[in-house]
Amino acid sequence: MKPLNDVIAACPPSGIRKFFDIAAERDDVISLGVGEPDFVTPWRVREAGIYALEHGYTTYTSNAGLPKLRELICADLNKRYGAEYSWTDECLITTGVSEGLDLALRVLLNPGDEVIVPEPCYVAYEPCIAFAGGVPVRVPTRWEDGFAVDAAVVEAAVTPRTKAVLFGSPANPTGAVQPRASLEALVRLAERRDLYLVSDEIYDRLTYDTAHICLGTLAPDRTVLLGGFSKAHAMTGWRVGYICAPRAVAELCVRVHQYTMLCAPHVSQMAAVEALSGPDDDVTAMVADYDRRRRVFVKGLREIGLECPEPGGAFYAFPSIRSSGMDSATFAEELLHAEGVAVVPGSVFGPSGEGHVRCSYATALPLLEEALTRMDRFLRSDHRGSDGQ
Amino acid sequence: MRQILELLERDATLTPETLATMTDQPVEEVRAQIAAWERSGAIRRYRAVVDWDAVDDDPTRETVTAFIDVSITPARGVGFDDVAGRIARFDEVRSVYLVSGSQDLRCTVTGPTIRAVSDFVSQKLSTIDRVRSTATHFVLKTYKRDGDAFRTDEPDHRLPVTP
Repeated sequence: MKPLNDVIAACPPSGIRKFFDIAAERDDVISLGVGEPDFVTPWRVREAGIYALEHGYTTYTSNAGLPKLRELICADLNKRYGAEYSWTDECLITTGVSEGLDLALRVLLNPGDEVIVPEPCYVAYEPCIAFAGGVPVRVPTRWEDGFAVDAAVVEAAVTPRTKAVLFGSPANPTGAVQPRASLEALVRLAERRDLYLVSDEIYDRLTYDTAHICLGTLAPDRTVLLGGFSKAHAMTGWRVGYICAPRAVAELCVRVHQYTMLCAPHVSQMAAVEALSGPDDDVTAMVADYDRRRRVFVKGLREIGLECPEPGGAFYAFPSIRSSGMDSATFAEELLHAEGVAVVPGSVFGPSGEGHVRCSYATALPLLEEALTRMDRFLRSDHRGSDGQ
Repeated sequence: MRQILELLERDATLTPETLATMTDQPVEEVRAQIAAWERSGAIRRYRAVVDWDAVDDDPTRETVTAFIDVSITPARGVGFDDVAGRIARFDEVRSVYLVSGSQDLRCTVTGPTIRAVSDFVSQKLSTIDRVRSTATHFVLKTYKRDGDAFRTDEPDHRLPVTP
């Protein structure tokens, strides 16, 4: 047989997969490894989806997505952050942010173009860059700096082939929120070196200490804004996201989308319309709940001796596990075997994630408390016995 | 501080320490505030939300619940208050509301059997002065009570580890 696609074949499977398999085998596992809300989609929104099905909204929509939904998204971004996007030609609905990321990179990159990726970062960034023919270029961020992106470090990595910088704020896996100064420095760099900024803002509503800054307000001409409904509205399985971008970029995104995806699911788009139409109480209540759990969980991590940078957004804590003397993969494996608590090793998200584990606090409070108890026991025990250290 | 009341209303087992962490306030202040609410009666008491249908014990100890709508002739000076107050004093009566519509009061009454509740209505409730009529609705099944859904469990469908 002839060889398959080299780039895809060379891409390693996600490091998360292994933990999924182990965790799925046991029924006593408390999983802090889940990257999605523990809320079910608010009933109001689900009911709108049912209504859409009952009334036969089972067809394609226009390629760019339901006009009503695009209108609502642009109005919401304007009301919330002051971003000014035209729903007619600067916004399209995607099948989740995942598709949006893929479209954005395919549209921006020519073969060999480089994209700078501050890490630790979401696991899909580098593979998607590679699949689009680009070359991911990692730059480290440090937990001592709260994982803030240092524009000088980014600039040092810029070459004539650099096309874009890709990052998320608030971030998966660190929960870090980029401070305004970092974002403004990045924007100045992008303007100086003529770079695009691909801004993954799927966690925009989940910020706790500071107001979210939408990059589309700082650099609308060179930002490709990726957003969606999965996290704030607890709609992961509906697969609805959006891209807001300068007209030339949005137009080409629609072009790829119309041939590869055609449109996002009609029923899901109808549900998303409801999510943005009604009162915001559901989202506010969920965010307040995450915030309370965040406070309890982060305090608990520190009390059991794990240093933990303050996560200002998303629903992840990214504590340092260096005091255990283990690397993050060993720590996660041993913790899962010994105490049945699933966390994700930080190394999965890039070399700067080594020494940390990602813990999702999108889990019921009693389970978080039980997980902390088990982790405490694990840290006190002679957990290094099994690998002979 | 209102947030603490809302949290306790949802889960009274939260400790002052946890509440203090959740709301980013000193634990001593939280403790003092809760004590003040308990003294003033803002917090009346703490109790469990029990789904009796899920309790698999002696079936003869089953509880019957009924909603009773009561029509009353109001009296000058007191309106409905005196009759409502008399009704509320019975242990069998779990709640009493003055409501708009064709009836005046809506009460919740519980008893060990349908017969016991019927007897209560016919002998105690209906015979109170100025009670004109009653309409009794026995509860057949509870789907949701005070914000707690009892019949629509939604299991966690999430995969154990996701990116």
